[in-house]
Amino acid sequence: MTDQLPATLVATAPRDSPPDERPLAIDVSNVYKVFGKRPQEVVQHLKTGRDRDDLLGLGTAAVIDVSFNVQKGEIFVVMGLSGSGKSTLIRMLNGLNPASEGSIMVLGEEVVGCSATELRERRRDKMSMVFQHFALLPHRTVVDNVAYGLESQGLPAVERQERARHWLDRVGLGEWADSLPGQLSGGMKQRVGIARAFAADTEILLMDEAFSALDPLIRREMQELLIELQGELGKTIVFITHDLNEAMFLGDRIAVMRNGRIVQVGTPNRILTDPANDYVAQFVQDVDRARILTAGDVMEPARSVVRATAGPRTALDTMRRLQVSACYVTDDRHRLLGIVRDKDMMRLVREEGTDLTERMCPVPSIVKPNQLMANLFEMVVESSLPIAVTDDDDRLLGVVPRVTLLASLANLPPATSAISIVKPPGNPASGEKGAF
Amino acid sequence: MDEFYRIPIGTWGRDIFDWFKETFQWLIDIFTVVVKSAVEGLVDLLLVTPTPIVILLLALIGWYLRSWQLAVGTVISLLVVDSMGFWESTMQTLGLVIIATLIAIAIAVPLGILAAKNDTVSAVVKPVLDFMQTMPAFVYLIPAVLLFSIGFVPGIFATVIFSLPPGVRFTELGIRGVDSETVEAGHAFGVTPGKILRGIQLPLATPTIMAGINQVIMLALSMAVLAGFVGADGLGKDVVAAVATQRLELGIEAGLCVVIIAVFLDRLTAALGNRADYPTSIRATLSRRKSNKAIAAARSRIITVPTHQSAPLNILEKVAK
Repeated sequence: MTDQLPATLVATAPRDSPPDERPLAIDVSNVYKVFGKRPQEVVQHLKTGRDRDDLLGLGTAAVIDVSFNVQKGEIFVVMGLSGSGKSTLIRMLNGLNPASEGSIMVLGEEVVGCSATELRERRRDKMSMVFQHFALLPHRTVVDNVAYGLESQGLPAVERQERARHWLDRVGLGEWADSLPGQLSGGMKQRVGIARAFAADTEILLMDEAFSALDPLIRREMQELLIELQGELGKTIVFITHDLNEAMFLGDRIAVMRNGRIVQVGTPNRILTDPANDYVAQFVQDVDRARILTAGDVMEPARSVVRATAGPRTALDTMRRLQVSACYVTDDRHRLLGIVRDKDMMRLVREEGTDLTERMCPVPSIVKPNQLMANLFEMVVESSLPIAVTDDDDRLLGVVPRVTLLASLANLPPATSAISIVKPPGNPASGEKGAF
Repeated sequence: MDEFYRIPIGTWGRDIFDWFKETFQWLIDIFTVVVKSAVEGLVDLLLVTPTPIVILLLALIGWYLRSWQLAVGTVISLLVVDSMGFWESTMQTLGLVIIATLIAIAIAVPLGILAAKNDTVSAVVKPVLDFMQTMPAFVYLIPAVLLFSIGFVPGIFATVIFSLPPGVRFTELGIRGVDSETVEAGHAFGVTPGKILRGIQLPLATPTIMAGINQVIMLALSMAVLAGFVGADGLGKDVVAAVATQRLELGIEAGLCVVIIAVFLDRLTAALGNRADYPTSIRATLSRRKSNKAIAAARSRIITVPTHQSAPLNILEKVAK
C-alpha cells in the first residue's frame, strides 16, 4: 500500500508536472538557420542527412531542424555551449535573425516570412528582450532607458515616466532613475535591463545569457529576482544560458543544444536523472545535484511502517522482519503520527500494554517533497533515523535515508530498493534486536 | 610607337569634364551664386562687426565648448593677428573655411551613414575617397577655376573635395563601431530604423564623427591657403604673394595667422565630441547643474514614495556609491 502511494504523489511536485495543458506561447517546428550565400541549398543537403561540417563551403548552419514549444507562463531554458546555436535560436523568435526555413508561431502568429513592419509590431507589442551585455543606451538616463520600449509603443510621456519609475522601484533602483547607465555596476545595469523588458509589458520575454556577464553572487540574486517577478506576473520567458546550474534553477523545462540541434528537452529532473545521450550525461555530471533534486525525487518507499491500531507485537514483528530498530506509525489514512523504537515496544509487551501510541515518540525530521536535497543534509546528520517525507495532509510519502542522500549526489541511481531504511546495524539500539 | 602606346586618359578626363560643364552649367551657376553670397555674407559680417566684439564672441564660444583657458588664448592670439594687420585676411580665411566645412559635412555625414548601412555603397565610396585624398591638392584647382573662374567659389570647391574624405570615413567608422547589441536592443523593442539611427547610432557615434569633422576642418584650412592661388581672398593670397616676391617677413606673419586659426578651430572641434573631458566648459557646467536639479527632485520624490528594496540591494548600492 505504502509502496504505491508515493509514486502518484511525487508527480504533483511542482517542478515535475509537465505543463502540457497550458496554451502555447511559442511553437517552433523544424526550423533551420543557415548563414551564408546559399542557405536554401544547405538546408536541402541537411535534410538529406549531410553533416553540417561537410557543407561549410556553402554556408554555416547555426540551427538545424529545431522543434520545441513553450507554454504560456513557463520559463523555458535553452542551454548549450558557445557555438551551439542558442543565441541564434532566440533571435529567430523575434526575427532579429530570420529563419532560413521552418515555422515559428508566436502567440498564434507566424514569424517566419513576416515583413519588416509586421516584425517590428510583434517585437514592440509581444516580445521584449534582455541582453547579455545589458545593451543600455549610455546617453539616456536610467529611467529613459526603462521607458524605451514604452516610447516605441507610443505611450504619452507622463505615463511612460510613471511606469518606468514604478519598474525601477520594483527592481530596487528607484534612486538611480536620473543617473546615467555608466554610473551603475554590472548587476544594477542588468536590473535596468530587466526593468526595461518588464516595463514594456509584453507577454513574452527573451533573455539572451542575461546573467552570464555578472559575478556569481549577483547572478544568484538576479535569478531570484527573475523567479519572483515571473511568479508574480506569469510572463512567458525564454532564457538562454550556458550555465547548467542556472538552467536547472530557473527552468520549468530545459532544451539542451549541441551543434545547432536540440538533443533533449525536458524538466530539470528529467535531464539530470535521465539524460538522453552521453553528451547530456557528461554535461550534467558537474551539476550541483543537491540544489536541484528534491526530497520527493530521491525518497524511497517507507517499509517499516505500522498502523497505530496494530499492537506492539506487530510493530516488533515488522522491525524484526526488516531487521531495523524503529518504525513509523501511521493512522488509517497514512498520516504520520510518530515513531516507535524496538526497546520501547519490548517494554510495552512485557507490561502487557496493547496501545503502541503510548510509547510513541515524535518523528525527529519531517520534510515536504519539494524540499531541496541541500537542506536535508543537516537533518540527516543530526538524526540517526531516515528523514520522513510527508505531504500537506501529513501523509507519509516516503523516506530519505542517509545512504540514499549520498548515493544521489554521486552518479549512482537515485533510488535502490536494496538499501534498508531505518538505522543501519552498528547503532546502540541494534544490540537489543538480537535479544528479542 | 610612342603614339601607339599612349593612352590619352588626360584627354578623356578633359572630354568628360567638358561634357559635365556643358550639361550641368545651371547647377554650376546655382552653386556659384549660393556659395559666393554665403562666403561673402559671412566675411562681411565678420569684418563689419567691430574687431573686439568678434574676438570676444570667439573667446566665448571657446569657453562655452572647452575651457576658459582656450578663451584667454583666443583673445591673446587674435589680438596678435590684429596687431600684425592681418585681421581682414584672417576673417576671409575663417569665413571660407567655415562655409567649406559646412558644405563638406553636409555631404560627408549622410554619405558616411549610407556607407555604414550599405556594404555596396561602402565598397564604391572607399576607392573614390582614396582617389580624392591622394590626388595632389593643386590638381583640384584646375577644374575649380575652369568651372567657377577665380575668387572664393573655386577655392571653396577645391577645399570641399579635398577635405571631404575624413568626414565620410569617420562617420562610417563611428556608426559601424556602435555596439551591435545596443542597436539590436533598438530592433528588439520594435523601434524603426530611422529612430535607431537618430536615437542610438548617431548619438553614440558622435565622438568619432566629431573627430572626423575636426579632420575636415584641418584639411579645409590647409586647402584654403592653397586657394590663394586661384584668387580666393584671405591668408592664402598673402602666402602666395610672399612666395612670389620672396618676402620672408610677410610669409612668417601670414603663416602665423594660419597657425592661430588652425589651433583655435582644432581645440574647439576636439571638445565638441568629448564634452565629459572638459568639465570647466560653460556647457558642461550647465548640464551638470541641470542633472543635479533632476537628481535632487528625484531624491525628494523617493522620500515621499516608499520603495521596495531588499537589504542586499541597499548594501550593493552603497558599495557602488
